[in-house]
Amino acid sequence: MENRYRKNMKMLSEAEIEKLKGCKVCVVGCGGLGGYVIELLGRLGVGQITAVDGDVFDETNLNRQLLSDVNVIGKSKAETAKNRMQQVNPLIQVVPLILRLTPENGRELLEGHDVIVDAVDNIDTRLQLQDLAEHLGIPLVHGAIAGWYGQVATIFPGDRLLDTLYAGKQAKGIEQDLGNPSFTPAMVASIEVSEVLKLLVGRGELLRKKVLYIDLFSQEYNVIEMGG
Amino acid sequence: MKIKVRLFATLRDGRGKEVEVERGESFSTLDILEELKIRREEVALFLINGRDGSFETQLSEGDVVSLFPPVGGG
Repeated sequence: MENRYRKNMKMLSEAEIEKLKGCKVCVVGCGGLGGYVIELLGRLGVGQITAVDGDVFDETNLNRQLLSDVNVIGKSKAETAKNRMQQVNPLIQVVPLILRLTPENGRELLEGHDVIVDAVDNIDTRLQLQDLAEHLGIPLVHGAIAGWYGQVATIFPGDRLLDTLYAGKQAKGIEQDLGNPSFTPAMVASIEVSEVLKLLVGRGELLRKKVLYIDLFSQEYNVIEMGG
Repeated sequence: MKIKVRLFATLRDGRGKEVEVERGESFSTLDILEELKIRREEVALFLINGRDGSFETQLSEGDVVSLFPPVGGG
């Protein structure tokens, strides 16, 4: 085993570390959540990460988006993810897709992945992602943030959890008023990646049919059972 | 009839973490929103006694309603 993965040992078996090298995870959105998700998946040694984002970095991203710095303002977020991971872990491959996910391109783009990570910044795209993941039979790890608050859930085909979570069909959440600081995306992304890892190695308890609702202002963490 | 309402995140602003709503014989979560001056679109997830419910469900004495605002950023 490569030295770089030695500290993953004990919590993961050597066979699991080997298995991760053959896994494919699609991260949709390379902003606040996505930047951290890609970093954490890459350091774990997930063999292929598809990084999807049609945007470029601007100065308002610098307060929280791990992949952003003064040298990449105006550069593609997806491409920057690839460049960063070449420096961090050249043993894995990041495939950048500089485009916005739509119902039309989504199927082709997501097909063949083991897990899809929801790291997008609007509710519409999340609901589209849930439809596409369900259609393809791929589990979806959902994460969202707003100011001091965040939520995480793991959604299997048929669970339709986001239908309940966004029953009001709002276009945006309270992040519109609150913005997002540096620490909430890091926290929610970390929990999303722990869910991805459990899905990939097939052990551990998932936030399935449950939502973890995080309130960092009051330090309250609620796991809410949903339906079923 | 009294219903306990637990509020989360920004819904606590100016209202606190928990409030009690008292009304006549029969009321639903929609009536609670009206009472607390919360617009329907300000609530994404709401629970009746810890399970996801419907806005129209008629509530019973002792029920606990939890209201969460939408979180959608990335």
